[in-house]
Amino acid sequence: MQQQKLIVVGNGMVGHYFVQELVKRHPDLAAAGIQVTVLGEEPRPAYDRVHLSSFFSGSTAEDLSLVEPGFYDRPGLELRLNARASQIDRNRQTVTLTDDSTLHYDKLVLATGSVPFVPPVPGRDRENCFVYRTIEDLEAMTAAGATAKSGVVVGGGLLGLECAKALRDMGLKTHVVEFAPRLMAVQVDESGGRVLRTKIEELGVNVHTSRNTTAITDGATARHRMVFFDETWLETDMIVFSAGIRPRDELARQSGLAIGARGGITIDDRCRTSDHNIYAIGECANWNGQMYGLVAPGYDMARIACAHLSGESATTFQGADMSTKLKLMGVDVASVGDAHGETHGSRSYQYLDEVRNIYKKIVVSEDGKKLLGAVLIGNADEYGTLQQMTVNGMPLPENPEFLILPASDGKEKPGLGVDALPESAVLCSCNNVTKGAIGEAVAAGACTIGEIKACTKAGTTCGGCVPLVTQVMKAEMRKHGMAVNNHLCEHFPYSRQELYHIVRVEQIRTFDELLEKHGKGLGCDICKPTAASILASCWNDFILKKDLASLQDSNDYFLGNIQKDGSYSVVPRMPGGEVTPDGLIAIGHIAKKYGLYTKVTGGARVDMFGARVEQLPDIWEELIAAGFESGHAYGKSLRTVKSCVGSTWCRYGVDDSVGLAVQLENRYKGLRAPHKIKFGVSGCTRECAEAQGKDVGIIATEQGWNLYVCGNGGMKPRHAELLASDLSKEDLIKMIDRFLMFYIRTADRLQRTSTWRDNLEGGLDYLKDVVINDSLGLGAELEAQMQHVVDNYQDEWKSAVDDPEVRKRFRSFVNSTVADANIVFVKEREQMRPATPEEKRQAKVIPVLALVE
Amino acid sequence: MSQLQQSASSQATGNLNMSISAEKNGTWQAVCPLEDIWPNTGVCALLGGRQIAIFRMKDDLLYALDNHDPHSGANVLARGIVGDLGGEPVVASPIYKHHYRLCTGACVEDADTRLNTYPVELREGMVWVQVPA
Ligand code: SRM
Ligand SMILES: Cc1cc2nc3c(=O)[nH]c(=O)nc-3n(C[C@H](O)[C@H](O)[C@H](O)COP(=O)(O)OP(=O)(O)OC[C@H]3O[C@@H](n4cnc5c(N)ncnc54)[C@H](O)[C@@H]3O)c2cc1C
Ligand code: SF4
Ligand code: FES
Repeated sequence: MQQQKLIVVGNGMVGHYFVQELVKRHPDLAAAGIQVTVLGEEPRPAYDRVHLSSFFSGSTAEDLSLVEPGFYDRPGLELRLNARASQIDRNRQTVTLTDDSTLHYDKLVLATGSVPFVPPVPGRDRENCFVYRTIEDLEAMTAAGATAKSGVVVGGGLLGLECAKALRDMGLKTHVVEFAPRLMAVQVDESGGRVLRTKIEELGVNVHTSRNTTAITDGATARHRMVFFDETWLETDMIVFSAGIRPRDELARQSGLAIGARGGITIDDRCRTSDHNIYAIGECANWNGQMYGLVAPGYDMARIACAHLSGESATTFQGADMSTKLKLMGVDVASVGDAHGETHGSRSYQYLDEVRNIYKKIVVSEDGKKLLGAVLIGNADEYGTLQQMTVNGMPLPENPEFLILPASDGKEKPGLGVDALPESAVLCSCNNVTKGAIGEAVAAGACTIGEIKACTKAGTTCGGCVPLVTQVMKAEMRKHGMAVNNHLCEHFPYSRQELYHIVRVEQIRTFDELLEKHGKGLGCDICKPTAASILASCWNDFILKKDLASLQDSNDYFLGNIQKDGSYSVVPRMPGGEVTPDGLIAIGHIAKKYGLYTKVTGGARVDMFGARVEQLPDIWEELIAAGFESGHAYGKSLRTVKSCVGSTWCRYGVDDSVGLAVQLENRYKGLRAPHKIKFGVSGCTRECAEAQGKDVGIIATEQGWNLYVCGNGGMKPRHAELLASDLSKEDLIKMIDRFLMFYIRTADRLQRTSTWRDNLEGGLDYLKDVVINDSLGLGAELEAQMQHVVDNYQDEWKSAVDDPEVRKRFRSFVNSTVADANIVFVKEREQMRPATPEEKRQAKVIPVLALVE
Repeated sequence: MSQLQQSASSQATGNLNMSISAEKNGTWQAVCPLEDIWPNTGVCALLGGRQIAIFRMKDDLLYALDNHDPHSGANVLARGIVGDLGGEPVVASPIYKHHYRLCTGACVEDADTRLNTYPVELREGMVWVQVPA
């Protein structure tokens, strides 16, 4: 069999995507006779550059990786890292590496990307001057940021603003210096630029436009002084250049391939260079005089090159839609199609609100029938509609201005109506997912946005398409008669969120009332605990009150965790994991007296197992006397606030993590929620409390506390994301109040914060909007609701032992005081454990640990 | 308060003796006052060495079945949440959440499993259960 030798130069986003496409076509490369060598200059395989900035909010290189473990281990595929191609010999068809080794190719694919452009300013290679492109760049910036007080970003484009945000989040006094007279000159027109500037300045970033840097020298008050052409200057400790990108076409130039006038490797519609054995894809390629600094067109090229290499020439590259929507420092910015109105005869409509700083513009064709482009600043809700209208050439409504005017009361805004979209409409341009593909996924059973993401990849790259994809998914589900049914169960035709709303608005306090007014039948083990949880998060009454007790799930029902044999565990609360020697002794005494198995838990406290139901009140009573309360290791409620020892003892600690953990555990204990909630507090970035694996994680910084949310260990681990940085303790608590209450209001039953977040339309930005910027105007209400819960906290174990009627329920038999003979223990490693069925059958069981009175 | 509930085979008698022998179905035994069973919950009675779960449903309808949950091996059904599935009253085991029909003892998720049910009655405020001889 003839072996085809294929070399791919560059293992960035597009180069890797190309290899994935190839493997999709030829799952067994070796069998297909293809031998692929991938050369990557960076020290690690492809990672998600689009989300590079999330590195600053806690994502690791592993999180960003695009490569599934083992992907490059398959036969026929070889990835060489730290391997830079230095020369191509097109006659011999060889590539030479910097280590002088030479590889032969039959076909060559160049996916070398681009490099940040650094203006040729004297002093640009001084220390602490950076670019923003690779993980190594970010690591260097982080290290410098730790000692810097101020930072300048040169360049006020998309990337520049993203970088400014990163500097600001590091706590630096941040400036943006832009050569053009406005920010984001490429995407945004003049009026839009003004609104954007106001918004960015409101966020504490200083903007300097029309500034050309002429030199960088020693500063007097900071490390550097940047001198501008008009001899004004600015001092700063670090500088990041983000003044555009230049295609990496040096290999191509040296080997004599055709190069575009503004650089870039010239390609045809099949992504072939002037040498037909060589393809170029991604940011290094120049098609029709155009270069694309976005990932979607690069993926498109990768698909086309791969198809052509496999002998298909039907698909051709046709240019790309450069519409973009972003959230920059919480500011919506979007541009669609011909944003500047450069098409001959085009006309525009504009809307400007200088009070709320919103600017919107649409560009329509000369005959007024088609939408050509749009600019949205400050609010980009219409992005999906406008982008689809433009790309699919859909007819404009009669009064197009209403597309961007705020909806007035009672009047429906003219929407796109997803049904009007053609099947071929590309909803997710990053991953080339069409409306048709979403339809197919729904037909195959996907019915949550999480499932759609998993099976179509839509929405998994930049995330901008998620609202539109969700809309289409719901429309498709309705079409399939899958009635978008989020009903809790057969007894309530409502989602958990709707029930929560009903309970709160109608001030409902019992399940019977809820069932009578809004449900049917007797209820079940789904709706009863859900209602119990909602009632508790709203009113926080004692959960074993007569009309609430019957709703509680197994563990809440007896205020302890039921075990496989019907016995219970008791986990005394130890806020922050702090416990006195006397406390430990008391727990030891109690465990010994009642013959309980003890173990230190993964939540940093001590668990006692094997208590029979009739023993529970006595055990609690003794715990209370020793200054403990039993704790929630059960219930969809706050579990533990894990902490590290922090600044009190630790030589690295920058704040008192234990103190804060104790305070937080005492504040939120007993809070009922859709699922359990875990916290962690670490005293410094070494993160010994693993806070970033928790629903709420807090890490001390020199300036205050960083708040991370929506982390998860368990079945599907998820890193928490940075919600806000450098908060004072008061602000921190305020943000947590809002975050948790918002979660409690809107999550589905049994949805941890991580899954809730993954399904939240608008994602982290939306969450920040609601929690930090109070975009729904709910802040005060959420805080008040939390305060109500906090104020109404009671030690439920004490309430249970103090109320004779409740206490009476804690017995194995209603007509006898004997114990359940089915609960039997045997000894193992010096303690007792439940006997296995086999041991029980063989009646080997000797009650091992008697009461030591 | 309605006086007699569930159980096709139960017979109302006015006899207040603690134990009445029936011809073939076993012995009626008084268990506890109705107030000892909170509405919409269950309790477990120990009767002649058997653990019997007794449930008090809406309108004081009473049901009795084995307390033993064969799927977990634990004696816990009296502690399960009660309700209905498709209109049929059920209890959900607190361990692995299998549902058992209160009328027949049949397991909803596993057709091969069926629990014993027992005649149960309310007589002048007391709950009585008939236990096989
Ligand atoms: C006791 C303990 C194990 C131990 O001996 O260390 C434990 C025991 C149980 N875990 Fe856990 N988990 C314990 C720490 C953890 C941790 C570690 C942590 O908290 O740092 C995790 C991973 C972190 C996380 O939750 O994100 C953990 C992830 C789970 C999960 C999976 C959750 C998920 O989102 O994927 C479940 C199942 C569930 O909740 O649906 C679970 C459920 C359970 C239950 C409640 C299962 C049950 O219903 O019987 C276990 C009974 C507890 C009992 O009887 O007391 N447990 N469990 C730990 C109690 C900590 C405490 O003091 O409260
Ligand atoms: C901070 C940031 C944010 C961004 N945000 C977005 C966004 O929101 N949306 C969007 O669409 N795009 C965004 N982009 C752009 C996007 O990341 C790029 O379009 C995409 O990475 C291009 O892929 P590529 O494979 O062409 O280039 P790259 O990903 O840069 O990969 C090229 C690879 O080739 C290697 N290489 C180069 N020369 C050689 C050689 N001679 N030998 C061996 N290896 C070589 C390089 O080291 C590099 O690893 C962003 C970029 C950055 C930096
Ligand atoms: S997280 Fe930091 S402060 Fe806390 S124990 Fe670890 S090193 Fe010390
Ligand atoms: S458009 Fe970027 S993820 Fe869908």
